[in-house]
Amino acid sequence: MNELKAHFPVLLVVVPLLTAPLLALIRHKHAVRVLALLSALATAVIGWGLVIAAREQVEPLSYHLGGWPPPIGIEYVVSQASAFVVAIVSSIAALGLLLGTRETRREVTGGQQHLFYAAYLLCLAGLLGMAITGDAFNVFVFLEISSLSTYSLVAMGNRRRAFSAAFNYLILGTIGGTFVLIGIGLLYQVTGTLNVADIAQKVQALENLAQDSHNTTLLVAFAFMIVGLGLKLAVFPLHQWLPGAYAEAPAAVSAFLAGTATKVIYFQLLRTTVVFFGAAHVFGALRFGTHVLMPLSIAGMFIGSIAAVYQPTLKRMLAYSSVGQVGYLTLALSFGTEAGVQAGLLHLGAHAVTKAGLFCVVAAIVAGVGSNRIQRLHGLGRRMPIVAFAFVLGGVGLIGVPGTAGFVSKWALLQAAFASEHYLVAGLVLLSSLVAVVYVWRVVEVMYFRAPPVGEKSTPDRMAMVPALVLLGASLLFGLFPDPVVELAADAAHQLFLQPVDVPPVPVGGHG
Amino acid sequence: MTLATHWHYWVVIALMMTGLHIVIARRNYVKKLMGLSIFQVSVIMLYVTMGKVEGGTAPVYVMKGEGHDAVPNLEIAYSNPVPHVLMLTAIVVGIATMALGLALVVRIKESYGSVEDDVVIEKDRAEEEALES
Repeated sequence: MNELKAHFPVLLVVVPLLTAPLLALIRHKHAVRVLALLSALATAVIGWGLVIAAREQVEPLSYHLGGWPPPIGIEYVVSQASAFVVAIVSSIAALGLLLGTRETRREVTGGQQHLFYAAYLLCLAGLLGMAITGDAFNVFVFLEISSLSTYSLVAMGNRRRAFSAAFNYLILGTIGGTFVLIGIGLLYQVTGTLNVADIAQKVQALENLAQDSHNTTLLVAFAFMIVGLGLKLAVFPLHQWLPGAYAEAPAAVSAFLAGTATKVIYFQLLRTTVVFFGAAHVFGALRFGTHVLMPLSIAGMFIGSIAAVYQPTLKRMLAYSSVGQVGYLTLALSFGTEAGVQAGLLHLGAHAVTKAGLFCVVAAIVAGVGSNRIQRLHGLGRRMPIVAFAFVLGGVGLIGVPGTAGFVSKWALLQAAFASEHYLVAGLVLLSSLVAVVYVWRVVEVMYFRAPPVGEKSTPDRMAMVPALVLLGASLLFGLFPDPVVELAADAAHQLFLQPVDVPPVPVGGHG
Repeated sequence: MTLATHWHYWVVIALMMTGLHIVIARRNYVKKLMGLSIFQVSVIMLYVTMGKVEGGTAPVYVMKGEGHDAVPNLEIAYSNPVPHVLMLTAIVVGIATMALGLALVVRIKESYGSVEDDVVIEKDRAEEEALES
């Protein structure tokens, strides 16, 4: 067992990556489903195993692929933060598949189910790989693996709009991915290495050398990476692809994507700003936090939430709410402090669980009512009491009512804002939460205070409610007993901020 | 940076901007994809030119000596092979993107009867209004 445990970091990626082509070959309906679920569950177990392993260590664990030591070889880094992210992502993926069983049978037609599951696992492998790899080029490769499979997953939605949504996502996503690639290329040009820790060290040396006059190549690399990641993260105003993609994808995919895709990219953004370029430089000398990220985050918080109020369907509403929530994530980062990153990681976990849970509830509603248009949900509180209650539970989590995960993370966000003396920003966070009250209330009003249509029968999808209740239960559990996760996030943030102690002499940029 | 010594950057920038412009300005989905492809190729050029070391030869050891006694000659400058290797992956990614994009365009053409952005958006809007009423 210990032998196996030593290889957990690579197994995390290899298990879903190898199961995916296997599924495409097997084709048998039931076998495919069971195998996909088993693979995702195994990945989730490995993910939590890595969290435990990372908690026992002070330094991040390093796994050398093929026994080649870094910086030449590729390294997988299990830090507290990356372990936290992979555990959340793999768990939500497993729950999404559980949801997928009946929903997917209904939505994915034409004998494509084995391909659906194959793409789903490929996407999972890409996301996990991106979070855990310590090699900059690997980040790009995994980013594209997950993105390409996401485009095809979105296209499997049951309306023709899914095609145009997937196409838009493909265009914007590819531009984003290519921007990241340009950034990595420029970084390689000045540092001569692709290893994340090595790049961080050498960049810091270059920055120290340049002092006040900035190193132009580094600046350009930074700009490209930030814009690329911003596109993939759907930071306002680069969010155009998100509502379509989330709204048109099959239910299981919406739940999976909402809980994972942007979260892994957010982790990359943390690494890019805090590790690659150094928090002191990015937030100090460049003022990236207060002058760029903060205004955009605040705009996203409000515009995303306000747009959510006016959406005709639940899925679109939740998608726009995600744009707003991404605003909170990036706002937490924009303080440039350890407390801010801690709040960001907490919100990453809280929002992942809440939003994935809500999309599962929507799947149950679609299965019962046949639509997710808000005007068709009249009296749902009486027709499907458990489902409606679950939606309310998720909704209060989005708002950040005490007792839910959303409260813990928003509290941390407010504390971080006060600690860095951004009092106005703290006020705006509260104000934007009120907008969330409006869009959640709009649905609650239709569900509980309107008479149900006469003679319309609706049966909830019990299978879909299992992952929904697990996720929303996790949100409550985290809201009521936040200490373990808060500590984990604090340690993870602290570890991210640890800079390489002794900086070696400046490398000679012998390329180009 | 001068035009004379760094002309390859200008080629890259010209290609990159051409590609991006096509992606953003064209309304036809196939043309958008072609623009995307040009954009990606410009990045491949950026990496490949990065690997060139002035006066460097192909990164295969030139051997000194005969038969079993031959040792690599390390006095010769070799170009950096790493960016080329990286671009093999990027080329694969580009092909996959293009294939998936074109497949989506085929499905869009089948279901909407057009590959023009305006037509697709207009049809989506009409559909939404029909559902609303």
